[in-house]
Amino acid sequence: MTPMPSDERAGMMQSAEAVKGRSLWIDARRRLFRNKAAVVSMIILGTITLMAIFAPLLSPYAFDQIDFSLVQCGPSWWPGEFVICRADGAHWFGMDSVGRDLFIRTLYGARVSLAVGLVATCVSLLIGVVYGATAGYIGNTIDNLMMRFVDILYSLPFIFFVIILMVIFDRNFILLFVAIGAVEWLTMARIVRGQTLSVKQKEFIEAARASGVSGFGIISRHIIPNVIGPVIVYVTLTIPAVILAESFLSFLGLGIREPMTSWGVLISEGANALETAPWTLVFPAGFMAVTLFCFNFIGDGLRDALDPKDR
Amino acid sequence: MAETVLSARGFNVRFSTPDGEVHAVRDVSFDIEEGECLGVVGESGSGKSQLFLGAIGLLASNGNADGEMSYRGQNLTRLSQSRLNGVRGSKITMIFQDPLTSLTPHMRIGGQIIEALRVHQKMKGDDAQRRAIESLELVRIPEAKQRMRQYPHELSGGMRQRVMIAMATACGPDLLIADEPTTALDVTVQAQILEIMRDLKAELRTSIILISHDMGVIAAMADRVQVMRDGGFVESGTVDEIFYAPRHAYTRMLLDAMPRIDQSDRPGHTTLEPLGKPDDHPALLDVEDLRVHFPIRTKGWIPHYKPLRAVDGVSFSLRKGETLGIVGESGCGKSTLARAILALWPATAGTVLWCGKDLSQADKDTLRLLRREFQIVFQDPLASLDPRMTIGQSIAEPLRALEPDLARSVVIERAREILEHVGLDPAWINRYPHEFSGGQNQRAGIARAMIVKPRLVICDEAVSALDVSVQAQIIDLILSLQREFAMSMIFISHDLSVVRQVSHRVMVLYLGRVVELADRDAIYEDPRHPYTRALISAVPVPDPHKERAKARIPLPEELPSPLDTRAALTFLKSKRVDDPDAVQHVPQLIEVGPDHFVAEHDPL
Repeated sequence: MTPMPSDERAGMMQSAEAVKGRSLWIDARRRLFRNKAAVVSMIILGTITLMAIFAPLLSPYAFDQIDFSLVQCGPSWWPGEFVICRADGAHWFGMDSVGRDLFIRTLYGARVSLAVGLVATCVSLLIGVVYGATAGYIGNTIDNLMMRFVDILYSLPFIFFVIILMVIFDRNFILLFVAIGAVEWLTMARIVRGQTLSVKQKEFIEAARASGVSGFGIISRHIIPNVIGPVIVYVTLTIPAVILAESFLSFLGLGIREPMTSWGVLISEGANALETAPWTLVFPAGFMAVTLFCFNFIGDGLRDALDPKDR
Repeated sequence: MAETVLSARGFNVRFSTPDGEVHAVRDVSFDIEEGECLGVVGESGSGKSQLFLGAIGLLASNGNADGEMSYRGQNLTRLSQSRLNGVRGSKITMIFQDPLTSLTPHMRIGGQIIEALRVHQKMKGDDAQRRAIESLELVRIPEAKQRMRQYPHELSGGMRQRVMIAMATACGPDLLIADEPTTALDVTVQAQILEIMRDLKAELRTSIILISHDMGVIAAMADRVQVMRDGGFVESGTVDEIFYAPRHAYTRMLLDAMPRIDQSDRPGHTTLEPLGKPDDHPALLDVEDLRVHFPIRTKGWIPHYKPLRAVDGVSFSLRKGETLGIVGESGCGKSTLARAILALWPATAGTVLWCGKDLSQADKDTLRLLRREFQIVFQDPLASLDPRMTIGQSIAEPLRALEPDLARSVVIERAREILEHVGLDPAWINRYPHEFSGGQNQRAGIARAMIVKPRLVICDEAVSALDVSVQAQIIDLILSLQREFAMSMIFISHDLSVVRQVSHRVMVLYLGRVVELADRDAIYEDPRHPYTRALISAVPVPDPHKERAKARIPLPEELPSPLDTRAALTFLKSKRVDDPDAVQHVPQLIEVGPDHFVAEHDPL
């Protein structure tokens, strides 16, 4: 046995039980929960998500239920005098231009927008991580070819690309997810490739190779866990981008089909009725803005929490 | 009696951090006189850098200095920022450890020196130009006029540090604060830089504060020494007092921990197990004419590749239980050699025979299973452990990869066992690398290499990143593990003193070739090759008398570009063909004594 410095020996006295370590993930989580903006954002986002999921339970009306007597009526509490009529009862957000309850429609819009955000981001995550990690790990010529292909796709104007897809295959819910995801994966692939290249050069990868770990073991046990941090940050920033893209397409009339709706569709309709019924714009736009804010704050918080410099 | 330049009384530095206040420097007092060199020695975290950053007002924004720090009667801590700027950079200057990051990359070096002259001396035009060239010549930069137009990245590390010194001395300062000025440099370059600083002190009567962790450098340079620990001075005295009659236990520990190039086995430390007779151990590893070349693309439209000869024909054999030390300066190919032996990088030519089997011919799976027999310990203990894995997982990884049939409980049991062996508490098995100190992480790195009970361990600069006291413990650990497991080792280091303590035989590399190979005592006491002699004479010994009496043997020139084929014949100019691309004569190894091989070289 060799002599040990006093601090190491002091540690020996502690206990025979295994000490639980503090992993980088636990550290990051602690830092994230210390970030007030991120925590508030998570609470708000959680509330909106829960409301979207349990929408039918929160309102006595159905999202496609039309009441012609209440067309373009404002909520009963709406201030100002230029309101044609006021809807009472549970019509908290007022009615839209064909007499449907805006509260339930905003929540249904949230369902679609959040779903598009999640699904399209998952699609881009799947393609991007596999593609980027492969290019980065193999390297050299293959990497070069794969990334030049990404560059070519980058240079295509994405909105036209999606519009053409929508026109050719008709407006289709699933296609919308796939089309946006298929475009968003490009940046993801670049980020993952860059991270893979830098992790690949780390000494612990070499140590693993010297220990006889197989190529698959190195990718799954060493590279992916070390790449995942920046990827998570990017995911939280992709979701709002996708939600925006969807609302943009809906605004152009290429998104979701009536009577189903999304925030983009609602904002588009609200913008048309801005003068007579401002609430039809204010509520969906407010929900969307708050959601995007929350995602960005969470992304910021995650970036700070996962920053490896701040060990 | 010389005048006091800088004096401190009750000086403190505090940092406010999220985890509370850190008292980095506690109640420090000292005086430094004109033309004197004050050595400040201490380990990392002792506050020695923060003390002097605090003295000249360069602390990070969360730092705060108080107490008295007076420069010729002016209290620097109370000076306004603009008055302080007048002193700092002209009367008190500082040079740092890393000469690349302390120079502005986009400015020519001439411009950077002239800028300092313009700000502090109000010099302009030809005057400033002339003065800048003078200051470059003072630090012995050849062709100073041409160098003025070069950018920092075009210079080698040693040249950059000279430029830093030239910048620091251009305004004729009273006091030069050198913070680990040679730590990032090779030993031969370190010797040159130290000599330049010694001359500055003698010629210009500049006072020097030399901050270092290296007792050898302090012994070579300092007149008086302050030993620093945990923010305070624990002992101060003249250099002779500190080195020959240390009073404080910490000073004695530091001196004892320093490996000595003039001693092989050191009293009070684990010693190297002597090797048996040559016949009873067959060769374990046989390396024959190993070459690793990297194709380097040269400039021009049509791609043209030149081989960079990182390892250029190295042969040696290693017996069971033997340790071979490999020394050489940065860029000599020692790490590449280690990776080529382990087949982590493909060799360009040559063979590596492991117990008679050729590793370069072995297929992937055979090679993977053979890895059980040879393992490696890396330089940077934190970087070589996966930050997302517990040390238990990292240590168990070779076992899981190489013996996948072992039950989980057995793997954990063996990991705990080996942890205890390397002096770590088995209860820490679920902790992460960032929760440990450098020395503890290096113990974990050693445990990972040892868990499969290898027959050969390669230590690639395994103790170079550690503080001296920790380094001494890790060396003791490595030596005792070797005794216990009777393994062979290849110990790679740029530190010749450490290599002497741990190796049976020592091999000196220069630009990918062996220049000398001999038993440790033979090579350190009777070096034959001019390069070996220069290396050994450049290492500072923590013994001021020996240091003062020592004659340094200079190298003929700076380390030339390895792309130039003439570079390999720096020591055999008589056979050199003067063409950078020519095929040159290959110096042969000649046996000059029993098992003492020296490459051909010109007579001294």
